[in-house]
Amino acid sequence: MDEALKIELSKQGIFATTLQELYNWGRKSSLWPLNFGLACCAIEMIATTMARYDLARFGAEVFRPSPRQADLMIVAGTITKKMAPQVVRLYNQMPEPKYVISMGACAISGGPFKQGYNVLKGIDRYIPVDIYIPGCPPRPEALIDGFMALQKKIDAQQLTGSSRPRHLNADEPSEFPVPQFGAHDLEPSLNPEVWQAPLVNISLADNDDSGTA
Amino acid sequence: MGNDPYLPILVLLLGAIGFAVAPLALAWIWAKKFSPAKPGQDKNAIYECGLEASGDAWVQFKPGYYLYAIIFLVFDVEVVFLLPFATAFTGFGAGECLAMLAFLLLLIEGLAWAYQKNVLTWT
Repeated sequence: MDEALKIELSKQGIFATTLQELYNWGRKSSLWPLNFGLACCAIEMIATTMARYDLARFGAEVFRPSPRQADLMIVAGTITKKMAPQVVRLYNQMPEPKYVISMGACAISGGPFKQGYNVLKGIDRYIPVDIYIPGCPPRPEALIDGFMALQKKIDAQQLTGSSRPRHLNADEPSEFPVPQFGAHDLEPSLNPEVWQAPLVNISLADNDDSGTA
Repeated sequence: MGNDPYLPILVLLLGAIGFAVAPLALAWIWAKKFSPAKPGQDKNAIYECGLEASGDAWVQFKPGYYLYAIIFLVFDVEVVFLLPFATAFTGFGAGECLAMLAFLLLLIEGLAWAYQKNVLTWT
């Protein structure tokens, strides 16, 4: 339907929509996050849900204590290698459609603990991440901004066709391999279907650690 | 048929059934048309806060807690009934008084039993 005609109709008190818009509106307006925090970012996440920042305005106040009822995973904090299998398993246990917000430097890349032997260098090595929110920790405004970006992303998703999101495509997996806590590292250390190591310019190797595994 | 007094009830019944079934049916049709089911090993597993569940969910619990249940019942039910008893006490005949005392005795029996079991002392 023509966008101008739709606006004209709404001025006359007639609301026209499509099934796709209605579906996306329903999903983006009631994202239920999974109730868990990993480190200091969780404090900011908790503050975001409280009265001052009030995430409830966006329909996401219902933090569910069980992955069976949640459709948004806010990975808030440092993921230690001991914790990573549990995070991936929780993601697997969430029903489709499900989304992941990687909140803070640690969840994105390991952050200040990137060189640590015990820290996973980004949750996107195992599960697909929709929104990255940088910061250490990001302020509640940043989380709300990331949340609104996710809502925009959901709003633009197609119901049919080849560009439809993962949960509408029967061929795309809903579960991702859970790494094992091995003797020296997680096994496997990354899921190549989700994440590939970025190419690093070797001539900058002295002062650039972005490719350090 | 037009003035059947049960017709509105039938209409309401159909409406109620439709109200309950329609969302489920719509969800089912939606899932068939657009959203494929994706069951999996982890998704169907027992939820244990992300850890792998160990053992069976059908385990036996120690029934020691029943003592607290009994004592709670003794005092709780007693209070619930003693209050109306107290307000109506002056109007009681011999029969009501006897019934009330029998009821209280049944509850106090539980207390005596708990006392005899020595569970009232704080250790």
